[in-house]
Amino acid sequence: MVRGFAILLLCLLLGELIVRFCGISLPGNVAGMVLLLFALRLGLVQLGQVKEAANLLLSNLALLFVPAGVGVMVYLDIIQTSWLPILASLVLSTFAVLLVTGKVAQRLKPKSGESCDD
Amino acid sequence: MIDSLVDSPLFGITLTLGVYTLAQVLYGRFRHVLLNPVALSIGGIILFLLALDIPFQSYALGGDLILFLLGPAVVALAVPLYERRQEILKYKLPIVAGVASGGITSIVTATSLVWILGGSRELVLSVAPKSVTAPIAIGIVESIGGIAPLAAAIVVLTGCLGAVCGPEFCRRVGIVDPVSMGIAMGTAAHGIGTARMLEVDRLGGALSGLAIGLNGMLTAAMISLFFGFFG
Repeated sequence: MVRGFAILLLCLLLGELIVRFCGISLPGNVAGMVLLLFALRLGLVQLGQVKEAANLLLSNLALLFVPAGVGVMVYLDIIQTSWLPILASLVLSTFAVLLVTGKVAQRLKPKSGESCDD
Repeated sequence: MIDSLVDSPLFGITLTLGVYTLAQVLYGRFRHVLLNPVALSIGGIILFLLALDIPFQSYALGGDLILFLLGPAVVALAVPLYERRQEILKYKLPIVAGVASGGITSIVTATSLVWILGGSRELVLSVAPKSVTAPIAIGIVESIGGIAPLAAAIVVLTGCLGAVCGPEFCRRVGIVDPVSMGIAMGTAAHGIGTARMLEVDRLGGALSGLAIGLNGMLTAAMISLFFGFFG
C-alpha cells in the first residue's frame, strides 16, 4: 500500500516536473496519469504494486470533492450577482453534454441488446 | 481554546469525514437520488460553518489535505484504464467520438451561455472546464487566468447535478444502454457522476471512469490551445 502511494506520488511529481520544464499547459496530474499508464504498459511498474492504493483513492473519489464544493461559500457574492449565468450554464450545458455524448456513443457502439434499469 | 482546535487540520478533516459518513448512512437508508452524499455533505458543512461563524480558511486547513489527494487520484485513473484496455479497444470508437463531441459541447455551451447572459470574463474562463474532474479543472483554470477555487466549486456542483439527474435524464432521451450512459456520465459529471454510475451498472461505471481521464486530457488540450491563442 505504501509502495503504491509512493509510485502514484512519484508519477505526480514527475508529471509536474515535465509540465513545468517543457512549458506544456497541461495539468501535471494528467501528465502523471499518462506516465503511469506508460510505466504499466512497459512493465516498469507491476499492476499489483499500485492497484491497492489506486483502488482506495478511486473508490472514495466522491469524498475527495467535498472540500472543493464547500469552497463555493467563499464565492457566495459572485454567485449572488451572477447566479443566472452560472445556473443556466451549469444546468443546460450539463444536459447538453449528456445528450450529445450519449447519442454519439449509442450511434457508434457495436450492436448488443442490453439495457440498464436502476 | 476552541479557536485553536478549529484552527488545526484536525477540525476540517474530522468534519468532512464525519458529515460524509452521516450522508452515506442517510443515502443508504433511503436510496433517494436527491440525498446524493456529496451534495448533502457540501450543504451540511457550509450550514455548519455559517451557523457557528467559522471562517472557510479554518475549515480549509484540513479540507486542503483531503483536496490534495485528488492529485494522486487522477494519476490512479491510469490503473482502471490499463486494466480494461481490452474492453476499451472494443468500444474505442464510441468512447473517443462520444467524449470528444461531449467535451467540445461542454466548453462551447458553458462559456457561451455565461457570456451571453452577461457573466464576467473571469467567470467565462472559470466555467470553461466545468465537466472535467476538479484537479484537472483547477490546473486548466490556473493556466488561463480564471478563479481556480470558484472553478473547482462549479465543477463539483456540475458533478452533483449529473449524479442526481443524469441517469434519469439519459433514460428519458432514450440513452438506455449502460455503455453509452456510462460514457455520457463520465464526460458530463466526472468522478461524482462515475460514483453514481457504478451503482447503476459496473461496466458503465468503468467506462465512465475512463471518460473522466479522456475528457480531462482532451479538454485540457483544447482549452489551452484555444485560450492560448485567443486569450
